[in-house]
Amino acid sequence: MAAPCVEQPKGGFSFENCARNSRLEQLGLKKPTAYKTGTTIAGIVFKDGVVLGADTRATEDTVVADKNCAKIHYLSDNIYCCGAGTAADTEMTTQMISAELELHRLNTGRKPRVATANRLLKQMLFRYQGYIGAALVLGGVDVTGPNLYSIWPHGSTDKLPYVTMGSGSLAAMATFEDRFKPDMNREEAMKLVRDAIAAGIFNDLGSGSNVDLCVITKDKVEYIRPHEIANQKGVKQGSYRYRRGTTATLSSEVKKIELDVFGTEVKHQPMDTQ
Amino acid sequence: MAMMTSAFPSNGPEMLGGFGMEWLNTEVSTGTTIMATEFDGGVIVGADSRTTTGTYVANRVTDKLTKVTDFIYCCRSGSAADTQAIADIVKYHIEFHRMETGEEPLVNTVANIFKQLCYDNRDQLSAGIIVAGWDKREGGQVYSIPISGMLHRMPFSIGGSGSTYLYGYVDSQYKPKQKKEDALKFVANSVSLAINRDGSSGGIIRLAAISKDGVERFTLTGDQMPKFFEDC
Repeated sequence: MAAPCVEQPKGGFSFENCARNSRLEQLGLKKPTAYKTGTTIAGIVFKDGVVLGADTRATEDTVVADKNCAKIHYLSDNIYCCGAGTAADTEMTTQMISAELELHRLNTGRKPRVATANRLLKQMLFRYQGYIGAALVLGGVDVTGPNLYSIWPHGSTDKLPYVTMGSGSLAAMATFEDRFKPDMNREEAMKLVRDAIAAGIFNDLGSGSNVDLCVITKDKVEYIRPHEIANQKGVKQGSYRYRRGTTATLSSEVKKIELDVFGTEVKHQPMDTQ
Repeated sequence: MAMMTSAFPSNGPEMLGGFGMEWLNTEVSTGTTIMATEFDGGVIVGADSRTTTGTYVANRVTDKLTKVTDFIYCCRSGSAADTQAIADIVKYHIEFHRMETGEEPLVNTVANIFKQLCYDNRDQLSAGIIVAGWDKREGGQVYSIPISGMLHRMPFSIGGSGSTYLYGYVDSQYKPKQKKEDALKFVANSVSLAINRDGSSGGIIRLAAISKDGVERFTLTGDQMPKFFEDC
């Protein structure tokens, strides 16, 4: 019997499901929906750096698929990137660009610039003509100072002092338009981004759960996860269990089961409830 | 994460429906007013600053006047992604050309590179570009490259969705060999009129004057914009 020919995975994107999906559509079946992050992400430039923020809800259609996912991705030691859109695409895109930036750092012996990350991301997204559904907020500090970009799935970019992305971007942008001012200090900036993300969490159905922040300054990065648990579960005021004896016992019988018992030692491990 | 073992693993480029996120799937486009005109000694370029995705203003302070060389600018209209990519590629080519020749590139050369890219990829692009600048052979020049990649030199040119409101005005107001100040006023008036009638144009007015001395840039914010008839 011939051995099955197994193809080695090459890494990167696979588009084989696109053909299958269009066949399903032709047959009149429902196309599978993408796992994506209805999201609020935002970033601002302040006096000594940038603050990036994100909510932590991941959705699959109308179901909350993950209540505490990380949407602020690492690109390099001085550059981070928030992702909205198709979760798999933002994850893969940021990982691939992160690898390119690391090789670039090794080749040049210099810290990568935010403008470089922006170019790599926009050229990749443009090449895929919008089929990679990644909407990004890119921020970091390099030799030129703090830099902030928004990058759209089709590959256009904007360089601005404050940006928002995702389904909650309107709520977040409203907060920025009201209260942003140039050269804020660290605490003011963190408070403003928190409020912008919170606006998304509370007013946008696609966003929710916690606020994650990432504060990038010249020689320090603080990845604060969670910065705030915006939706803390309440404590039940009473017991809602049925009292013992609510159902009447009509009869009872105890039977002995014949067993061969082997000794097996099981170490106690607490259940993972996180 | 998505179930890999499921019969229908979640994967694909489709964007979210049901959360009012359609605008994320629509392409970012510069529903725009752009303009360029020759004057005595150079050219003026001007543009509004609005970038839209559907009905959402993605950027209200966009710079649609993009530098190609120290003496040549382009005005971008159409898809933001397409025009940014084209401008980046032209910049890359012309930088080599400048190093090889050791001279400032001609406006005609730049316009032809833009045209070739726009024409060769006309089925995949939506880009309307005006190239304007100064060189020592021909002085100030304006070239228009509309959607399907034609190239045409003209004394002045308008483009973008806002330009439909302007044809009558510019045809009546344009004068050859104007002074720089008058040409700046002409462009500012035009863009202001378009902003007031075209919903896809707005924000502030960006201007640049290019001559043998290089580039001078100006921005006109709301309170500095030329005023015309207003209902209230």
